[in-house]
Amino acid sequence: MKDYFKKNTLISHLLRDKFALVGMIVLLILYLGITFASFIAPYSKDFSDRHLSYAPPSKIFMIDQQGHFSWPYTYNYIRKFNPDTFSMDYRIDRSNKYYLRFFSEGFKYKFLGIVPTKIHLITVEKTGRLFFLGSDINGRDNFSRLLYGGQISLTIGFLALFISFPIGLIYGGIAGYFGGKIDNIMMRIAEAIMSIPSFYLLISLAAILPANMTSSQRFTLITVILAFIGWAGFSRVIRGMVLSIKNQEFVEASKALGSNSLRIIVKHILPQTASYVIVAMTLSVPGYILAESGLSFLGLGIQQPDASWGNMLKEAQEYVNIINRPWLLVPGLLIFIAVLSFNLVGDAVRDILDPKSKIRE
Amino acid sequence: MSIPVYILKRILQTLPLLFLVSVMSFLIIKLSPVDPLAELKLNPSISPQTLQAEKVRLGLNLPIYKQYWKWLSSATKGDLGISTSGEKVSDRLMERIPNTLLLTIITIVITWIVAVPLGIFAALHWRSTTDRILTVISSLGMAIPSFFFALLLLIFAVKTGWFPVGGLTSVGFEKFNIFQKFLDMAHHLFLPVLVLTTISLAGLQRQMRGNMLDILEADYIKMARAKGLPENMVIYKHALRNAINPMVTMLGFEFASLLSGAALTEFVFQYPGLGRLILEAVLKLDINLVMASLMIGAIMLILGNLIADILLKLVDPRITLD
Repeated sequence: MKDYFKKNTLISHLLRDKFALVGMIVLLILYLGITFASFIAPYSKDFSDRHLSYAPPSKIFMIDQQGHFSWPYTYNYIRKFNPDTFSMDYRIDRSNKYYLRFFSEGFKYKFLGIVPTKIHLITVEKTGRLFFLGSDINGRDNFSRLLYGGQISLTIGFLALFISFPIGLIYGGIAGYFGGKIDNIMMRIAEAIMSIPSFYLLISLAAILPANMTSSQRFTLITVILAFIGWAGFSRVIRGMVLSIKNQEFVEASKALGSNSLRIIVKHILPQTASYVIVAMTLSVPGYILAESGLSFLGLGIQQPDASWGNMLKEAQEYVNIINRPWLLVPGLLIFIAVLSFNLVGDAVRDILDPKSKIRE
Repeated sequence: MSIPVYILKRILQTLPLLFLVSVMSFLIIKLSPVDPLAELKLNPSISPQTLQAEKVRLGLNLPIYKQYWKWLSSATKGDLGISTSGEKVSDRLMERIPNTLLLTIITIVITWIVAVPLGIFAALHWRSTTDRILTVISSLGMAIPSFFFALLLLIFAVKTGWFPVGGLTSVGFEKFNIFQKFLDMAHHLFLPVLVLTTISLAGLQRQMRGNMLDILEADYIKMARAKGLPENMVIYKHALRNAINPMVTMLGFEFASLLSGAALTEFVFQYPGLGRLILEAVLKLDINLVMASLMIGAIMLILGNLIADILLKLVDPRITLD
């Protein structure tokens, strides 16, 4: 472990790059947020108050009417039908103060999925409602759902990556190593996949998923679909690299020692592509995140009642909604921030591992 | 090899690829548990005769390879079946393809006009403040999700009322004169083009900058400078011509990602393009239409790559076509 912090390693270089450092800090915060989602979230994923659909964000007060400092408190909203505009208007109800409580009891959950507990970072007194970022159409807390949604949006890309890259590596490795007819056939198949505009293929695949699946089945299949879209282009590059590596002497040596082909490909050839693979992997995480959120945004990815940033942003599709309820745009902002941070880190990784590339520096 | 022969050869090479694409698309659709005629049956305006004809054309009771064969033979004759709305699939595609091409081609042209000079500028002022600012802006542009940016612009359009929301033409478009028609379409195209340009601009600008930086270090540039050539000549005659080549190769790739990116943008802006068509088809499980759109998407992509290769040959005489 110590070695990683010594000079001239990937991590020490990354820590010296200002942009990458900012990116890594932001990502750290995001991932801590989703890891401790149940602890931080004041409400559970499914909690809903049907009387408070599209409630605006709760206002937190630290100074009371007399102008004295006070323990932070909030007011509830009252919903009233406005006969002039035919809309539901929200008004702050100043009759009752609700004090915030820290590290106090809320809904039951398992801390880190193991320890059953009721303690939450922040809650509000009973009958008070604490919606940091307002509520959605069903009166669910947006802030809590963003945390739970992040659990899906920020992990699905990685999972897809860990399916598509091994496939791409092996596929490209075999095609490049054997060459000839095998290579020809394998590459034509990969090209066929690449010939369909990826988003068209993505939505077609997502649309044929049966509707009556459990949410974990759906999550798995969406991951598989994302991986399926990604491997072909990657395998082509690997094949190109393998073509040039396979004629080198150490491969010949291994052949002469009688190693079988698969062993040569996996043990001797593919490790040579490592720095390209690391760069390509870091740079492709954002693509997967964007693909998942795009799918869910269209209603083809993660489905309600599960939250993902994409399907939360779906509510912002109606412009009546976004004009009167700008807090519904927060999921989009989070996708943007996450993708930006991954890009910053990815660019730095590329600069370090591929010194010839001058795209950034 | 002369260019026409090369084009012919490439098109011939494309045919097996398209065959594979069609097999794959067909298998994907057949994996679906949905009855392809379910939607047609629900549409009261479709007569039982049409329905029967579709059943025979698709050969739904035959084994899968025969079904595919039937689809292929009718598709090569230009019959792509009917969509769930009862129109011919080919008519619907023909109506949408020009719109998507219009959107993507305008985007590519504008992106190039902006990205190439910016890339050159950033490379020539390497590590200057402007260069840093451009790098930051391009990082932001690359990270913003197309649909999110489109939503933000939609709010802007609705709040200010400066831009029409949705569609490609206004009501009463037929009665406009040529000039008004042009203005009206430009007005509608502005926001979608802005979204797509912003997103592809960043990558292209970085690429141009990187190429230019590489080339500026090459020996022949040092040579040109050493023999006392004016700096303008060095940059625009020697460096630029070489730096632009990889960009032409990227054109095909650019086109592919634009086709995909356009789908979400078209959806948010309700733009009548191919991307929105396939999306609607997918949501309605309009099998004939999905199949045809996948094929058309693939054909457009392959043609885009072919055009990029030919352009590359035109700008770089060193490249031999084979």
